Amino acid sequence: MSVHNPTSHRFPENARDALKNETLQRGLASAKVGFRVRRSEAAARLPEFETLRDESRDIKNHTLAHIDLYLEAFEKRVTERGGHVHWATDAAEARDAVLAICRAAGAKTVTKGKSMISEEMGLNAFLEENGIEPVETDLGEYIIQLRGETPSHIIAPAFHVLKEQVVETFRENHTQLDPNRVIDEARQLQDEARLVLRKRFLEADVGITGANFLIAETGSTVIVTNEGNGDLTQTLPRIHIVLASLEKVVPTLEDASTILRVLARSATGQEYSSYTTFSTGPRRGEDIDGPHEFHVVLLDNGRTDLIGTEMQEVLRCIRCGACMNHCPVYGVIGGHAYGWVYPGPIGAVLSPSLIGVEEAHHLPNASTFCGRCEAVCPMRIPLPKLMRNLREREFEKGLPPATQRWGLAIWAWLAKRPVPYRLATWLPMRLLALLAGRKGRYSWLPLAGGWTSQRDFPAPQGPSFQALWDRKRGRREASK
Amino acid sequence: MSKASRDAILRKLRVGASREGDEAQARKAIEARLKGHPRGTVPARGKLDAKKLLDLFVAQAEAVDATVARVAAPGDVPAAVADYLRGENLPPALRMAPDPKLDACAWDTAPMLDISYGKARAEEQVSVTGAFAGIAETGTLMLASGPESPTTLNFLPDTHIVVLRADEMVGAYEDAWDRLRATGRMPRAVNFVSGPSRSGDIEQTLHLGAHGPRRLHVILVEGNG
Repeated sequence: MSVHNPTSHRFPENARDALKNETLQRGLASAKVGFRVRRSEAAARLPEFETLRDESRDIKNHTLAHIDLYLEAFEKRVTERGGHVHWATDAAEARDAVLAICRAAGAKTVTKGKSMISEEMGLNAFLEENGIEPVETDLGEYIIQLRGETPSHIIAPAFHVLKEQVVETFRENHTQLDPNRVIDEARQLQDEARLVLRKRFLEADVGITGANFLIAETGSTVIVTNEGNGDLTQTLPRIHIVLASLEKVVPTLEDASTILRVLARSATGQEYSSYTTFSTGPRRGEDIDGPHEFHVVLLDNGRTDLIGTEMQEVLRCIRCGACMNHCPVYGVIGGHAYGWVYPGPIGAVLSPSLIGVEEAHHLPNASTFCGRCEAVCPMRIPLPKLMRNLREREFEKGLPPATQRWGLAIWAWLAKRPVPYRLATWLPMRLLALLAGRKGRYSWLPLAGGWTSQRDFPAPQGPSFQALWDRKRGRREASK
Repeated sequence: MSKASRDAILRKLRVGASREGDEAQARKAIEARLKGHPRGTVPARGKLDAKKLLDLFVAQAEAVDATVARVAAPGDVPAAVADYLRGENLPPALRMAPDPKLDACAWDTAPMLDISYGKARAEEQVSVTGAFAGIAETGTLMLASGPESPTTLNFLPDTHIVVLRADEMVGAYEDAWDRLRATGRMPRAVNFVSGPSRSGDIEQTLHLGAHGPRRLHVILVEGNG
């Protein structure tokens, strides 16, 4: 089953496999442009967009500085409304809390809305082991659940699956349907999933959703979807369980509204998602529908360690996926190579922070530092800066290979000593320039196979940067 | 278990949180924010006069594939519903919210409509509900749950028809929250609905009608008749 045993430590191998995977490459090539265009069009349609990004950042900064107090306020409101809050320090504790609720209800089937926290918890495999059937209802999640895979994108979990593969998967799994039916089009596949899942919605004992926000003011949990699956999941069964991490809390309905204005626009380029739902407690006395029980499982899983540190800024993330949609590295390797729940630039920062630098130290190196992720992040998270922090931590822990560490040590020694530095660089550069001949580049160089196996190495041309700098400064001083 | 974890988590957050002032000051600051719920920037597009807000709502709702019929008075609603069902080739059977607001529509003037009241059940094709508010900035309906407005009607049927009065129209989400606060109750569910259900999960191309309604039809009642 689709458990997330991290494979981030094998990132270089994962990435190489991804580059060789032709199906994946086809999918990535056709999909990545759409998100970018739609986001930039949506941003351009709203003159206040940049101001709203600033305000969204400020709301989260304020909240994180007072997060203990806002979580207490949230818990108090949930309890007043007849709901229950379950605090969990790690995934195991959160799984146990969910299982206890399901057991008490005698649950056999659980429908699920999309939740990254559920992925962090490895919830589906755990429920199955305990005799409870989890049914993913988001179309993308449903597809990958049938295929025994994990999400490769945080808002488009089946980003890596081609339409023909969905056809295959549905034919294999929906054996109750006419084997001669026509399902060539995405539209028909979607209708088939609707038909099959409708039954599951109606028979489920428990509905589990994630949360985009928790509102301290009212004790509400908020989900944002386009399909309406989250709402059917949380409205029809007797019990609604919300899975949320601590940093999802915001103070007020107004604060959530401000951030919601940048969320959908950054994610899919929509003005607003089709459905945004604020849920507050179980059904009330006079209500004729809605769940009888309302539970919120609040998961820490390493986040408290980030509060008050230089990594705290990553906790502003609202999981829109804009960073991965704009990342040149994600764009060629896809999500699975990152080896844990969160791919792309946000994963490169979040994974080492949550599962440890030892496991995930490769990820912050999977960046060209082009800065696009920071440029589009609605919460203005300085992702490249945070990756740099993590690279430093990687180095301090001695995790890079010895050659790299020695290389850096030698370079650091030289860089602080101008005379030996110039000697050490001048000679090899002159040699390289001379030996290159008229071609001006090398297709093979000793010690540089990593570079030359993929592309030629250009021979140095003209004077060095330092020589140019000296000349320029000389000119400037002369003109004073 | 949960209690010990709760205390451990809160203790770590309290120690880590970097804020100015002492505990009492911090508590005062968050209480003030929760009570005052200050607004952020509200987009200028939502600050229009009432007539223009209606036009903006219609344009935005249609941009996300909802359909809108504008009628002059509540008495025109039954005919508008019947017209819509005919046009879409849908059976004239309605599951209606037991909402007193909808009684103003004189349903007995449209005897061809077969109307039942209550929450939605699996077999029902078309639902009719009121709305708590319309939000012009994104063409969004705000639906508040209650005994008179069960949530299932908004999600289970294939077609959802919403009767929205002009005086329920606001410019921005914040305006709608203020109206809700004025009622003195936070409903169990507040659904913001912008167009029919959709998914782009298969090769990132959008198709309508994923799990929620395939069609969303708004009947906008502009006057009191």
